[in-house]
Amino acid sequence: MSKVYVSHNTIVSSLGYDSLSVVQKIKDGRSGLQTISDIKLLDQPICASIVDTRKLPNIAKEPNLEEKYTRLEQMLLVSLGNVIQASQIELTDRVGLIISTTKGNIDVLDHDSPFPRERAYLAELGKVLKDFFGFKTSPIVLSNACVSGLLAIAAAKKLIAQDCFDHVFITGGDLVSKFTLSGFNAFQALSAEPCRPYDKNRSGINIGEVSASALITKDNTNLAKESVVILGDASCNDANHISGPSRTGEGLYRSVKLALKEAKSKPEGVDFISAHGTATLFNDEMEAIAFNRLNLQNTPLNSLKGFFGHTLGASGLLETIVGMHSLHQNTLFASQGFEEIGVSQPINVIKKTEPKPMDTFLKTSSGFGGSNTAIVFKKVSE
Amino acid sequence: MMEKEYFISSYCHIRNNTISLNGTTLYQEQHPDFKSLAKSAYRYFKTDYSKFFKMDNLSKLGFLAADILLKNEGILPENEENIAIVLSNRASSLDTDRKHWESIRNPDTYYPSPAIFVYTLPNICIGEISIRHKLYSENSFFIFDEFNPSHLFSYANGLLDMQKAEKVLCGWVDFDGPDYEAFLYLVNKKGAIEHSIEEITRLF
Repeated sequence: MSKVYVSHNTIVSSLGYDSLSVVQKIKDGRSGLQTISDIKLLDQPICASIVDTRKLPNIAKEPNLEEKYTRLEQMLLVSLGNVIQASQIELTDRVGLIISTTKGNIDVLDHDSPFPRERAYLAELGKVLKDFFGFKTSPIVLSNACVSGLLAIAAAKKLIAQDCFDHVFITGGDLVSKFTLSGFNAFQALSAEPCRPYDKNRSGINIGEVSASALITKDNTNLAKESVVILGDASCNDANHISGPSRTGEGLYRSVKLALKEAKSKPEGVDFISAHGTATLFNDEMEAIAFNRLNLQNTPLNSLKGFFGHTLGASGLLETIVGMHSLHQNTLFASQGFEEIGVSQPINVIKKTEPKPMDTFLKTSSGFGGSNTAIVFKKVSE
Repeated sequence: MMEKEYFISSYCHIRNNTISLNGTTLYQEQHPDFKSLAKSAYRYFKTDYSKFFKMDNLSKLGFLAADILLKNEGILPENEENIAIVLSNRASSLDTDRKHWESIRNPDTYYPSPAIFVYTLPNICIGEISIRHKLYSENSFFIFDEFNPSHLFSYANGLLDMQKAEKVLCGWVDFDGPDYEAFLYLVNKKGAIEHSIEEITRLF
């Protein structure tokens, strides 16, 4: 099978509107999380990272964009538009589009929303993007809880291997909304402070919003310089509980094991792990157990949730993109918010951003429904 | 690696108050809504799984169809078979999303419930099937405007060709307002029906 790459990419977030500016802020240790008091979101202050869509570059070059497109659509249009442009790929019937989201335009359920309620159907979101850019193929929406963004990369690889497409654009996004915040708050999972993955004093998650887009391609010409090749991927269900992670990290353990097997790599071949790290007690503990079972306890690891919060359906894609830049810049990024280990098994959480020659990283995501996904990525050798 | 031949070894429909397996009606009874049908079918098929009653409509629909199909295939949880699950629909989890939204819409009646919120993701239905049948396997939930046999066909072939699964439980499980429809089929290395876009379309 020919190689499949993750290439051109863009992140639209509270830290900036392109990957390089966002990655620079991460290197500088600047978080996009802030305290927000907005009764329309939650009846108590929240800590979240929110995109100021009024400041988004207007890529459509048409006035009153906000009347035509929802907030989420505007974010996706900008990030996907940038990636399509950078790739210089013509949108033929050999080019696919995958949209990774958990809730899409869920905010239009609100009676105050100026948009029709039909816009809450995820296929409508796909249609908006397809029509805007002129994709020739049917948009594929992937909605698989918090692994969606990472699973979308594995899905694109499969579809390319099956010769359905030569290139697949992936765009992922979810909003910070009353819908989502009220639910996580009902689970008593929200932290009012910036989240602290794996830390002894962690107190729960923050929700964040981004849109992240990337090109998945089998064509090795015009690759972005931070491109990576997908060496191995796997997704395994916990088969244990619909909202709580497995105590033994079973699904994550199996996913990483199979991804490493396909990558023909060993644990010691992984230079760093971009983990899920939501900063809930159960998630972080589960990951520590799984990584120990995998003999990955000494591999440097970070969670990026301290910069963006949990960005739900976009998180796996967002964190893969940041990981690609980390590899390319040969720099380990500190796990924001971490000071003292707060899980029962040892793991090597990155405390300080520092240079390290690197080739390979492992990205993992876990989510509701017992889902887990792991992918091993390797630098493209020049 | 490609061009291997796969088959559809069983398929199951739930729609219009009727549950059928491999085209043969197993259960048919008029019910005012899906909830009542699901309760009655649960008893009729001796499902014996108390967690069933905590599920939302979408999960009940997918769970029942999967349970009938996998039992017929003789799949036992203790064998931990490598059966991937690839489901799709149009309405995602909107039926439950609307319920969660109703519980938070009005500040005077604001009362979000974790038990409802957890079902505001379509893949929870896959999680429920995985727990019941001990399937530690690949799973994906896709949303399309209408049934998309060519996508399911390619994705299932991808999982089998790359040896990520031994079998793939595929289909359409949609729940929207009063409307419900489930069509599940098992892609297998042996079986009577060829795994092709034409056959999937015909069975649907």
